Amino acid sequence: MLARKIARHGLTLAATALLGGFLSATLVRLAPGFGVDERQLDPRLNSQSIQALRDARLERSNIFRFYFHSLRRAVHGDLGTSISLGQPVSTLLRQRAPLTLRLVGIGLLLSWTVAMALALSAAWLRVSVFDVLTTMIAGTFLCIPAAVLALLSVLWNVPGALAIGLIVFPRVYRYARNLLAKAYSQPHIVTARAKGLNESRILFWHVIPVVAPQLLAVAGISVSLAVGAAIPVEALCGLAGIGQLAWQAALARDLPLLVNITVLVTLVTLLANTGADVIGQMLRGHYL
Amino acid sequence: MKIWRAVACVVLLLGLGVSLGANWIAPAGYAKQYREVTGAPPSRAHWLGTDDIGRDRFARVLYGTRISLLLAPAAALLSTLLAALVGGLAGYLGGLWARAAMAVTDLFLALPWLFLLITVRAMMPLNVSPMISLVVTFLLLGLLGWTSAARVLCAAAGSLRNSDFVRQARASGIPPVRVFWLHVLPNLKPVLYAQFWISIPVFILSEANLGILGLGVAEPLPSWGSLLKELEGLVSIGAEPWKFIPLILLIVVVTSFQLLLSKQEEAPA
Repeated sequence: MLARKIARHGLTLAATALLGGFLSATLVRLAPGFGVDERQLDPRLNSQSIQALRDARLERSNIFRFYFHSLRRAVHGDLGTSISLGQPVSTLLRQRAPLTLRLVGIGLLLSWTVAMALALSAAWLRVSVFDVLTTMIAGTFLCIPAAVLALLSVLWNVPGALAIGLIVFPRVYRYARNLLAKAYSQPHIVTARAKGLNESRILFWHVIPVVAPQLLAVAGISVSLAVGAAIPVEALCGLAGIGQLAWQAALARDLPLLVNITVLVTLVTLLANTGADVIGQMLRGHYL
Repeated sequence: MKIWRAVACVVLLLGLGVSLGANWIAPAGYAKQYREVTGAPPSRAHWLGTDDIGRDRFARVLYGTRISLLLAPAAALLSTLLAALVGGLAGYLGGLWARAAMAVTDLFLALPWLFLLITVRAMMPLNVSPMISLVVTFLLLGLLGWTSAARVLCAAAGSLRNSDFVRQARASGIPPVRVFWLHVLPNLKPVLYAQFWISIPVFILSEANLGILGLGVAEPLPSWGSLLKELEGLVSIGAEPWKFIPLILLIVVVTSFQLLLSKQEEAPA
């Protein structure tokens, strides 16, 4: 049963990622100015070279053929060559992925630590001033565009990971606070508190098991948020990661690069969400 | 909370009123360049100073506010209508329709919102007239922002599909389109209102992000995004604090929408 459900999740995941790649390729193909290659205007090129460039364009102009060939090459580890940067896409992704992974990882860790610490404190203390204050802080960050936070991080010379953390933090805090507040107001927890049960015991035995599946779902979504936040942070802070690469690929209409990044981003976010979903269901006892 | 909602309402109405009166408050307009006072600090003539090519920043903030406050709700309306059509119909029809519509929705939701927006916006022509760039930016927000609302509406319409009054209407031989239009859609109104209000601050922030990244409304038209782009040139926060006025205004407006939203979120419940 578990294997079948995981296989179904995997199949959906692969189909969605492939469809995402195909849609982005279609989008680039339909974009105005796609067929124009300024290299053809280079006076040094002879007619054969210009014809070779045209042939290469022709191959990419048929979206189905381009995508089919790309997929066939991708199976053998060849992700194509970036038009704007003139380097193999696999090399570019390999070079830039570690930085983005580090930024997103540290950003997520920071945001979750702060959000959970504040949400737990608010639920534990039950002091309205503290609750209002933390909600106001989170609300303020929620109202600041991600790109502004990235700019401010440059201005204050703050690491990009902190900017990502601050972008994700208010979203996580809002959900975590509401979930914990709801859990703490449940009758059996109120009774446990009234009977003088230890707070940490209440938390680990009664609150965490109730909120864990929903918090896991938020964890899956927060990965998507952090990956999205990495784009303005890397683009504006001059950090050479996947986010900056996506930005450059979009501006240059670099079809091979954009398709691969779209598939990669879709896979990462879907994997995070599916993983959180599967673990959440297991915790709820669906698979037990 | 009621008082805060009233304050939020007053702030939004005041912001909208003042920005609508921009033509009278700042008759010189947002594009006039005072070449003799470029990059000037606030003065009696220019309350928020001038930008690096001598345009009055106060006038630009007023006109930019008008653009954001009028077009973000327009984009939110478009996305809500699309969500009602796709999500509502999928939920009402159920079965294969619902699965297909939700698969498309999942695909859109799998991509981070900003990534999707940047990718699609970059595919549009970038060297267009300011007015076209304005329409393209907000149209894009409306056309791409329906997915999460569609999911909610699909669930809401799905629960209505099996309700007694819809079953009775169907059993009476009323055509499905009429049942959807006359019986299902009116019952989705509270969810539609909530989704509309949720979308407005999201779209305002998205436009600001696009503007800062240079993919928003084209110059010389001002928008909060293009006004916030000025922060890129700052050396330190204390140097030119008046450049933060658009950011403060944006925070105040989005906060006001969030406060109003808390009421809308209560409505469907």
